[in-house]
Amino acid sequence: MAAVRIPPTLRAEVGGARQLEAHGETVADVLEDLVSRHPALAPQLLDDGELAPFVNVFVDGEDIRTLDGTETPVRNGDNLILLPAMAGG
Amino acid sequence: MAGYRELLARVRSEIEEISSVDAHELLRSPDAPLFVDVREPDEWEEGHIPGALYTGRGRLEQRIEGFVPDKARTLVVYCSAGSRSAFAAKTLGELGYESVVNLAGGFADWKRNGFEVTIPRVLSSEQRARYSRHLLIPEVGEDGQQRILDARVLLVGAGGLGSPASLYLAAAGVGTLGIVDPDVVDESNLQRQIVHATDRLGEPKVLSAKRTVEALNPDVRVVPYQERLTSENVERILADGWDVIVDGADNFPTRYLVNDASIWHGIPVVHGSIFRFEGQVTVFHPGVGPCYRCLFPKPPPAELAPSCAEGGVLGVLPGIIGSLQANEALKLILGRGDSLAGRLLLFDALGTTLDEVTVRRDPECPVCGEHPTITEYIDYVEFCNAPIGLG
Repeated sequence: MAAVRIPPTLRAEVGGARQLEAHGETVADVLEDLVSRHPALAPQLLDDGELAPFVNVFVDGEDIRTLDGTETPVRNGDNLILLPAMAGG
Repeated sequence: MAGYRELLARVRSEIEEISSVDAHELLRSPDAPLFVDVREPDEWEEGHIPGALYTGRGRLEQRIEGFVPDKARTLVVYCSAGSRSAFAAKTLGELGYESVVNLAGGFADWKRNGFEVTIPRVLSSEQRARYSRHLLIPEVGEDGQQRILDARVLLVGAGGLGSPASLYLAAAGVGTLGIVDPDVVDESNLQRQIVHATDRLGEPKVLSAKRTVEALNPDVRVVPYQERLTSENVERILADGWDVIVDGADNFPTRYLVNDASIWHGIPVVHGSIFRFEGQVTVFHPGVGPCYRCLFPKPPPAELAPSCAEGGVLGVLPGIIGSLQANEALKLILGRGDSLAGRLLLFDALGTTLDEVTVRRDPECPVCGEHPTITEYIDYVEFCNAPIGLG
């Protein structure tokens, strides 16, 4: 079980939650679990079934692009952050 | 009871002394000692030994440990003739400084030998009063305040983030603030853009900010650029010379443009962005850490990245994030502390939580990577509107 931080731009798709629990051994599994329960997330996170290039995922503070991408293992209790680019100033 | 002469003689017998000639040799050695000047402020202002630390005799005991935490460091203490500094040297020994020597003959003898002297740039009495709380901090002090006064910071955006950032940088005494913003003050700005005011409605934001900032601190000169930063004007604006860029823009094209320009000019960017209850802040420092494109290689589609005008923002949020940006900018100017280069702070105002993630340089980055593919300004509006996969 991992805790996933939901950015404000995606909260409408998950009923307003700021954080959700999700299951999975890898980042891909965790995202699949999230999307299966909140299908409205799919177009926001995925592009042809793959993680969209504009979505940044951090596992315990590290960008998965510098780890094993969506195959990065997720341990029980890990914190995942979905980091959106925000332009507002 | 010993009189002054006996006391001085006894103290001198208890401390080490060094001649000006020997001290001058040490100054040029790789392991140079720290010279500590204990004279009165007006004596210091007329000239001092290069690189010396100034701390008046009166507050020496109180302040020296803040300035020199390393008690093993060799200190050469001096005054004008070597008497006041003899007492200071004895005190420093009693405070635990292991290697303290008194400059025999003092600064007068140093000058008689024709050795180099630094004439310090001094703060006016008004500046000394205005910045007194900075001058008390060892990490700032008079040198740091001069650096702040000499600094040139370019603010991109005089909106939510630019408001607190410009106010705090101006209050701190940043000598030149460039402000780029094409907009005029609108009623909907005033819920958070505290550099503006109700009587400025319809006034260009750069001029409104200039009025507020220059009224706050007459040491600050504001250079207004009432235009949107674009590929066409960015070189002209950067040619004015800036030490730090504070990015508080409200759109993706400007942020990618600021990034590319900053890399090609080697200027650190203090980045802040906000939406509703969330803010992000980091430093993109060319050559030191990652850039904006390392973190966000491609902009998100417009529907996934609504602006504050579309989605709203809590009024105080830019106050927090913009103040963090001012903090990073001041640290970069002072060369103190650990900057946010390589780290991104994520602030959630609803939960009042601060998360930190690591941001690494991408060797494949098209602008700051090992084999850059973008080497000149592009059409940033098109880049940010392009469908994903084509961008």
